[in-house]
Amino acid sequence: MLFYIFAALAILSGGYMVLTRNLLYAGFSLLVTLLSIAGIYVLLFADFIAVTQLMVYVGGVLVLILFGIMLSSRVHNQSVLSESVNKGWGVLISLLTLCGLGYTILKANFAGLSWLQNADTEILGAQKSTVQSIGIKLMTDFVLPFEIASLLLLIALMGAAYIATDNQKV
Amino acid sequence: MLAFLLTLGLMLLIVIAVVYAERKVAAFMQDRMGPTEAGPHGIMQPLLDVLKLLQKEDIIPTAADKKLFSIAPILVFVAVFAGFAVIPLAPAVVASGIGIGVFYMLAIISLDVVGLLMAGWGSNNKYAMLGAMRSVAQIVSYEIPAGLAILAVVMVCQSLDFQEISFQQGALMNQFPGLEYEMNWLFGIEALGINTTTIGGITTWNIFRVPLLFVAFIIYFIASLAECNRAPFDIPEAESELVAGFHVEYSGFRFAVFFLAEYAMMVLVCLVAVVLFLGSWNTPLPNIGPFSLAYWTSGTVGELSGILWGAFWLISKTLILLFVQLWARWTYPRLRVDQLMHLCWKVLTPIALAVVLGAGIWRLLMVG
Repeated sequence: MLFYIFAALAILSGGYMVLTRNLLYAGFSLLVTLLSIAGIYVLLFADFIAVTQLMVYVGGVLVLILFGIMLSSRVHNQSVLSESVNKGWGVLISLLTLCGLGYTILKANFAGLSWLQNADTEILGAQKSTVQSIGIKLMTDFVLPFEIASLLLLIALMGAAYIATDNQKV
Repeated sequence: MLAFLLTLGLMLLIVIAVVYAERKVAAFMQDRMGPTEAGPHGIMQPLLDVLKLLQKEDIIPTAADKKLFSIAPILVFVAVFAGFAVIPLAPAVVASGIGIGVFYMLAIISLDVVGLLMAGWGSNNKYAMLGAMRSVAQIVSYEIPAGLAILAVVMVCQSLDFQEISFQQGALMNQFPGLEYEMNWLFGIEALGINTTTIGGITTWNIFRVPLLFVAFIIYFIASLAECNRAPFDIPEAESELVAGFHVEYSGFRFAVFFLAEYAMMVLVCLVAVVLFLGSWNTPLPNIGPFSLAYWTSGTVGELSGILWGAFWLISKTLILLFVQLWARWTYPRLRVDQLMHLCWKVLTPIALAVVLGAGIWRLLMVG
């Protein structure tokens, strides 16, 4: 029941975000989408992912987007509006993606998957959250991707700092 | 539902007390009397203020974006109030004892920023817009040193659960499921050979257990002042330049909600500071020889005595921190924007990073 509420909210706000022409409203409906997806994560016992999503997307990315819109708006004393361009191609590509995904989902035999049949609703067991197991996995099985991701972030940070510096001094 | 009502009631009570204290403390620091007319020593003043606010006309400016204008106060308040859900009030009394409470608290507080932007934009007013921009820039920047300071605590305590962190800081530690065989040592170092598990009191508070965390506490406290837009970091609301910042267009009930959210935020950051650094609901009195002061002033876990003692210590420590916030407001002048950013990025963040490294090393000493 809760799942359907969150799913409906996510879809409605996502649709509104795409269809509205006011960029700022799009940003705020993205907030609702992200929150409802976080709710779905919680229902799937992925508490850490849910909170990380809030932290990174709502606290970071979304605030940056809104900030950008507000700083760059009101240039001609009117709210920022987005034009819709490439209607034909956009519709075509999204329809093709829908067909592809729908075909794959229909072909996949979910009920027959062995790990799904053996799955237990008491995933957490004695643990109170998934943090411990995620931490151990990150430091053992997935340490290489983890380190590469951190390196990538460091490079991005250095790039941002370089772009932001005053070029006249160089 | 009961937890919701209790938390709301308690929060309102503390907020009203703080509003009154703010006026009285300010008055005494400036050699004035403060409110004196309503009730003895003017203690009815905040209640009457609330009544007055509720009676006022609810004005929405014609040029404002009506939808955003009306959603913003609700969003700001909801974000702050949701943070209260994970704060333990006493042993065995916590609204939502989730395992990742600290992380959740940090994330949900950042929702507050979106509400501020909404209010600033929706008002369609230059002052409000400027106030919102400044406020958001400040909160986003100061989340970093605050987050790093909290990270240091989490590394030392090895837990993201507020209740577990609370139990670790007192003589009742072994009564928490999962911590039955844990030991507390003086300064956290076993090699010193002084076992403080049963001594409790102030010797097991995080700032005493790991003295390095005292630095983290100072960093967190400064950053938390900035996060709730308190003086000396009140440039978003700078009365002399911006009138009142992002809530300049709000009146009546909507303004009351903003006001409430702001004071609730103050209470929340102080509660978090107390839980993480100052021993949570644990008593400050240690057991000394035959005088088991810590046990006498802790009550029994899960019983009424435990709840009352826990709530008493937690709220008293919070009120002391809130007093320090008021004290800072009437002591320091407002910072300029460049000073604000200098303090955050060039002073607090490097120190906080060093503290995180130090906390990791300290944890290694604690284990081995």
